[in-house]
Amino acid sequence: MRVKVLTPLAVALGLMAAGPASAQGVVKIGVIEAMTGQQQSTGVQTLAAMRLYMQQHGDTVAGKKIELIVKDDGAVADNAKRLAQELIVRDKVNVLVGFAVTPTALAVAPLATEAKIPTIVANAGTSIITERSPYLLRTSFTLPQSSVIIGEWAAKNGIKKVVTIVSDYAPGADSEKTFTEAFTKGGGQVVEALKVPLAAPDFAPFLQRARDASPDAVFVFVPSGQGATFVKQFIERGLDKAGIRIIGPGDVTDDDLLNGMGDQVIGTVTAHMYSADHPSELNKKYVEAFKKANNGLRPNFMSVGGYDAMHLIYEALKKTNGDTNGDKLMAAMKGMAWESPRGPISIDPETRDIVQNIYIRKVEKKNGELYNVEFATFEAVKDPGKAKK
Amino acid sequence: MVTILFDGIAYGMLLFVLAAGLSVTLGLMNFVNLAHGAFAMAGGYAALVVVNRLGVPFGLGLVAAFLFSAALGALLERTLYVHVYAKSHLDQVLFTIGLVFMSVAIVDYTMGSSQQFIAIPPVLQGQITVLGIGMSKYRLMIIVICGVLTALLQLGLTRTRFGSRLRAAVDDQRVARGLGINVGAVFALTFALGSGLAGLGGALGAEILGLDPIFPLKYMIYFLIVVTVGGTSSITGPFLASLLLGIGDVAGKYYVPQLGAFVIYTIMIVVLIWRPQGLFVRKGAR
Repeated sequence: MRVKVLTPLAVALGLMAAGPASAQGVVKIGVIEAMTGQQQSTGVQTLAAMRLYMQQHGDTVAGKKIELIVKDDGAVADNAKRLAQELIVRDKVNVLVGFAVTPTALAVAPLATEAKIPTIVANAGTSIITERSPYLLRTSFTLPQSSVIIGEWAAKNGIKKVVTIVSDYAPGADSEKTFTEAFTKGGGQVVEALKVPLAAPDFAPFLQRARDASPDAVFVFVPSGQGATFVKQFIERGLDKAGIRIIGPGDVTDDDLLNGMGDQVIGTVTAHMYSADHPSELNKKYVEAFKKANNGLRPNFMSVGGYDAMHLIYEALKKTNGDTNGDKLMAAMKGMAWESPRGPISIDPETRDIVQNIYIRKVEKKNGELYNVEFATFEAVKDPGKAKK
Repeated sequence: MVTILFDGIAYGMLLFVLAAGLSVTLGLMNFVNLAHGAFAMAGGYAALVVVNRLGVPFGLGLVAAFLFSAALGALLERTLYVHVYAKSHLDQVLFTIGLVFMSVAIVDYTMGSSQQFIAIPPVLQGQITVLGIGMSKYRLMIIVICGVLTALLQLGLTRTRFGSRLRAAVDDQRVARGLGINVGAVFALTFALGSGLAGLGGALGAEILGLDPIFPLKYMIYFLIVVTVGGTSSITGPFLASLLLGIGDVAGKYYVPQLGAFVIYTIMIVVLIWRPQGLFVRKGAR
C-alpha cells in the first residue's frame, strides 16, 4: 500500500521538476477542511475567513493569482490523506491549508514531507502535530497553550480543588495532562480526573461524580460542539448552585455557539487565544466584515486560524517575489510576526508552531449578546508541549 | 447513590421508548429495521422546528414529534417497507441501512450538521429535592411520560382487540387472514405506532442524547442491544432490559469512569452468554 502511495507522488514530483512552467502565474492553495459532518462549523468558519482575507487583500500577490481548491474530508483522516494526494499530484498545489481535527493533520504530514509542500494547520490543536514534518506550520493554537495558562491562573485565583472532565482522545489527554501539571505546580489539587467517551455525550454520571467530589471548579475540555450540552447538564445538575465553577480552554465557550447556550454560561472562565470581543481596532473590523460576508455569523477561534494562514501565505509570497518553491516559502514563513485579529502573533522559527497571547476571559452579556470578555493577558505564549523538551 | 439510580432509570426509560418500536417490528413482525433511529431523529427535528421556530409550547412539540414520525412511518411502510417484508434478512438490512444514510444526508443538507437544542420551558429546568435526593426535573418528566407509555403499551397489547389481532397476525399470518383479520392494516398501524414512539423518544432525548444528523447511526447499536438483551417476544423484556442497561451504564460511568462506555457492552455479553435468546423468551416462540 505504501509503495503504491509513493510511486505516483514520485512521478509527479519528477514532472514538476521537469516543467515548472505549469504553475506559472498561479499559486494554488489546496484547502482540506471538514465541510460536512460534526466538525462542519470549523470548516465553514475557516473557509469563510480565508475568502474574507482574499476579498480584503485582492487575489493577486507578487504578480501571481491566488486560487483556492477546496476539498471536504468530513474530518476523517483517510479522506484527508487521499485528498492531499489528489491535490498534490493532480492539481499540483503549492500550499496545503486546513485540517479541522488532529488525525487529519497527522495523516497528511508524511505527504507534506515527501512533496516538500508547506502545509499550514489552521485548526487542529494537539501539540505533536508540527513535529511530524518539517513542512508543517500552525496558525491555530495548541491545547497545552491555553490549558497551562488556565492552570496557572486557577492556582493563583483561589481555586484549590479541581475535577477534570475531558473527552477521551488525543487533544483531551493533552489538555488534561498539561493543565494538571501547571495547576499542581501552582499548589492546586486535582481530586478526580474523568474521561468522557467521545461518541455518546451524556455527561450526567460524570457530572454527578464531579459534584460529589465537591471541588472548587471543574476543568473541562470537550470538542466545541459538545460544549453547550455540557454546560446545560452542568446547570441542570445544580453544580453551579453547589458553588462549583467551570474553567477550561476556550473550546467550551465557542463564539459560534455561545449565544445558543443561554444565560447560564455567564461567569464561565476560560483561557484562549481569540474572542470575537477582543478589543482591538483590527478585530472590530474583522468581526464586522466577517458578519457582513456571512449572514451575520460570528467568527470564532477557528476562523482566525484560516485568516492568519492566508496572511502567512500572502506575506511569504511577497518575500519570495512569487517563488513557490516549498523550501523557499518555508524559509520565508518561519519567524514571521504580524498582528492578527486575535492580537500579536508569530511563527516560532524552530518549532514552526504559533506563538501568541493567551487571554483569560469570562462570559458576560453585552448588548443583549453573550461574549467571552478578556480580562487578563499572558503575552507571547509558546507551545508548552514543546518548550519542555 | 439514589441519584445515580434515578438517572439510570430515566436513561433506561428513554432507551425503552426509543427502542420499543424496534422490538415490535423486529420481534413481532420479524423485520430487521435498522432505520429505526431515523424515525427518532425525524421526531427530534420535528419538535425542534415547531418549538424553536414556530414557538409552540414544548408539550405540544412532543405531540408533534410523535405524529410526524408516525405519519412518516406509515407513509414509508405503505410505499417502501411493504415490498421488503417477504425478502431475506440481508435484503432488509441493506435496504434499511440505505435509508439511514439517506436520512443522514437529508438532515445534514436541510438542518445543518451541528448539534441542535430544543428550547425547554424554565419549569422543566433545574433540580428538585425530594427526601434529600436531588432529581433533575426534566429526567423526572421523562420517567413519568415513559412509565405511562409503557403501561399503555402493555395493556394495549394484552387487553385490546387490536392487541390480540396483532399477536394473531404475528403468530400465523395465513390463519389470521383466514379469520378475516386485515394483516396489512394491522402491520401498518403497528409500524406507525412504533415510529411515532421513536419520534417521541428522539424529541425527549434531544436534551440528553443530543440531536444531530448522525443520530440514527450513533444510537443504532444501543437500540439493537436493548432488543437483543430483552428478547423480542414481549414488551416487558425490552423494558426490563432498557432499565438494566440504563442503570448499568450510568452506574458504570459513575463508579468506574475508566471503563466508561464499556459497561453496557459487558452487560450485553454476559446476558447473551447466559441466555442467548435474550432475558425473556416465550416458550415456543419463533
